[in-house]
Amino acid sequence: MHFTVKQAKEWLLQINDHMQEHKQELTRLDQAIGDGDHGINMARGFKEVVKKVNEKEYKTVGDIMQDAAMTIISKVGGAAGPLYGTAFLRMSLAFKDKVSIDYKTFTRGLDDALQGMKQRGKATTGEKTILDVWEPVVLFLEEGESFQPQALADTAKHAMEKTKNMIATKGRAAYFKEKSKGHIDPGAMSSYYIFLAMAEVLEEV
Amino acid sequence: MEYVGIVLISHSPDVVKGIKEIIRQVIKDVPVEVAGGTDDGEIGTSIDKISAAIDTAYTDKGVLLFYDLGSAKMNAELAIEISEKENIFLIEAPLLEGAYVATVESSIGKSITEIQKSIIKHFPTK
Repeated sequence: MHFTVKQAKEWLLQINDHMQEHKQELTRLDQAIGDGDHGINMARGFKEVVKKVNEKEYKTVGDIMQDAAMTIISKVGGAAGPLYGTAFLRMSLAFKDKVSIDYKTFTRGLDDALQGMKQRGKATTGEKTILDVWEPVVLFLEEGESFQPQALADTAKHAMEKTKNMIATKGRAAYFKEKSKGHIDPGAMSSYYIFLAMAEVLEEV
Repeated sequence: MEYVGIVLISHSPDVVKGIKEIIRQVIKDVPVEVAGGTDDGEIGTSIDKISAAIDTAYTDKGVLLFYDLGSAKMNAELAIEISEKENIFLIEAPLLEGAYVATVESSIGKSITEIQKSIIKHFPTK
């Protein structure tokens, strides 16, 4: 199977549904170890993404991802805006001019997104961030040869839960040091919903 | 004469407004643009404001960006990436002092490379 404009759009719509539904939860996690605006930021940002992509007809996956990226960049805010914005921007470059994405190209696009976020945030894994979900998911995709939605969702969920016992060394949460332990990272949680949404879209194919 | 443009980025609109006033008391000709706060004027940074400031301050001699805290840096780097223009650099120096030195040097016609070197000399990073 291939990932087309239709799937890309459904993915974005599905992400938005999760962000609206889990706004409170993300905010609560961010209040524990951050500045408490992650849920509000993601819900506001993805609402705008959906508004944007619903207005237009897209010919290529690169084009729809680019519009999503630019909207995330200007509407999400906080640290999540530039980080997720970079991720979607890198994906849009990897998918540029493509009508349909095969598994290999898809995996490469997600790896580009991961590397872009590492570079942007000057961060690596094990620091209790978004990357602690993205890297295991990319590794999982690299090991496989075709889409496995359920295993993809499980990998993301497991990775997200593992951030609970990590000590934050990056971002606002780093000020909480040892106290950051025992709380799931809000960025890891929103990343989990992004991959859950992806699995849900791939499942329907 | 054409000058290297200066962009001031802060989480607070008031901070960059104040810094610009200090600079303008001495230097009138150099393009100095501000990007303070979010789109709603709240505390934070806005990539749209940063991109607009870069566009307005831009000359053929380039633009230097100065910022205050963490996420301002990520937004500034991303704005540079999106702009697809040459000669835009983010500077690691205290916002007020760094921008002040850079504007003065720009006003006497220095190139972007000369100003960057001068900033490193004035404000060595750890």
